[in-house]
Amino acid sequence: MKKKLKYLSLLITSLLLVLTLTGCGSQSLSSQNVLENDKKSKTITWGVKADTKLLGLVDVKDGKEKGFEVDLAKALTKKMLGKDATAKFVTVTSQSRIPLLKNGNIDAIIATMTITPERKKTIDFANPYFDAGQSILVKKGSSVKKVQDLNGKTIIGVVGSNSVQNVKKFAPKAQVLQLPDYAQALTALKSGQGDALTTDNVILAGMAVSNPGYELTGKAFTTEPYGIGINKGQKDFKKAVNKALKEVQADGTYNKLIMKWFGDVPGFNYKEVLRK
Amino acid sequence: MIKLLTDNWSAFISGFGWTLLSSVLALFFSLIIGSLFAILEVMPSKVVRVIGNVYVEIFRNIPLLVITMFFYLVIPLYVVKINGFTAGTIGLTIYTSAFIAETVRAGINSVDSGQMEAARAQGMTFWQAMKNVVLPQAFKLVIPPLGNQFVNLVKNSSVLAFVAGFDLMYQGNAIASQTFDTVNTYVVVGLFYLVITLPISYYMQHLERKLA
Repeated sequence: MKKKLKYLSLLITSLLLVLTLTGCGSQSLSSQNVLENDKKSKTITWGVKADTKLLGLVDVKDGKEKGFEVDLAKALTKKMLGKDATAKFVTVTSQSRIPLLKNGNIDAIIATMTITPERKKTIDFANPYFDAGQSILVKKGSSVKKVQDLNGKTIIGVVGSNSVQNVKKFAPKAQVLQLPDYAQALTALKSGQGDALTTDNVILAGMAVSNPGYELTGKAFTTEPYGIGINKGQKDFKKAVNKALKEVQADGTYNKLIMKWFGDVPGFNYKEVLRK
Repeated sequence: MIKLLTDNWSAFISGFGWTLLSSVLALFFSLIIGSLFAILEVMPSKVVRVIGNVYVEIFRNIPLLVITMFFYLVIPLYVVKINGFTAGTIGLTIYTSAFIAETVRAGINSVDSGQMEAARAQGMTFWQAMKNVVLPQAFKLVIPPLGNQFVNLVKNSSVLAFVAGFDLMYQGNAIASQTFDTVNTYVVVGLFYLVITLPISYYMQHLERKLA
């Protein structure tokens, strides 16, 4: 009898656990009006990448976030809330960015996120702010010249990025390894865990800049419009972002930032991403 | 949650399989290696004792992730190419073996020293006395803490996710990022881990009752 009770209590505990966990997550900070809150606090909290050179990188020397996306987020914040507003940054990974947005830790994602139909089911996107394309990075002198050469080989990607799903369409017979972030993915490529690293060309260009033994190969095989991720139901915030985006493009801030970050990157033609 | 489970059934099951395989391999080898180092730590020779001690203290005090990363990223650069699953399992084995060594050593030390002396007086060698007299008593004493180590080992196997070892956690991460159903995915992953760890817990309790 005693034993039965023990099993029963175990069963009840586990059931309770499951119920609580599935129950939570529906009401949270994210359901409040983000724009109103931000106007009061004069800050917007952006989710940015910490490991992507040129776009969003935490500089180990001073611990500050640096990159095109970081600068763009700062410019957008000023346009949206006024000159005295500040942009706060929270570093995210491909995997954590959507959960962090959903639970209200960040107001918006500006972290190399491509607008995709699947993602649109979960979150909203502002208009695209950058046009990237997926490509591959290999060791100089590698036999891999284009993505189709990767059939039967091993490709390294980052968990949570749509590039790992995309590459399966172009090289269906390749094995795909998903690592937690780009820094680790690149180290894995260097130690020979895979034959190529795949993701968006801008990200790869950043890697090639700091790792001269590696190069981008083949043409970009997809187009990846990056969008700012916003929670569903935040219509005011989305409108404000789109308006600010238009303004920074109109007054030339956008192109200035493109020149600043991509002006002299080998293997990347910055003129293609300039906007009028 | 049921839909998530059925949609991704094959991914979950393959993850479960790799986790189970890694856990079983690591459990088997860490028990052997751990016991060996436990014996080294109580050997009469001081040099051998120091060797055992150094091994235990090094691997017990380095994070598991660091050991695993070392095998995944550094060893392939200079020595031999090993994949994520192997690197993870080796890391898990070494890390757990250090803890098992400490646990078993505590067991050996708590066996009355008279037992060893009596066995030696009967003409047994050190190894014979260890194998036939001391170790059987020591293992009986350390069953509860060993059970803890085994359960910890299964949970720690989630380190494989960081080196693309295709385990439960890796599949969970991939599924969560594809379906965006983070909550349910990790609940399912947690339940799958329970499927492995709960039987271990109960078996160890059973063993404890039977032998004590």
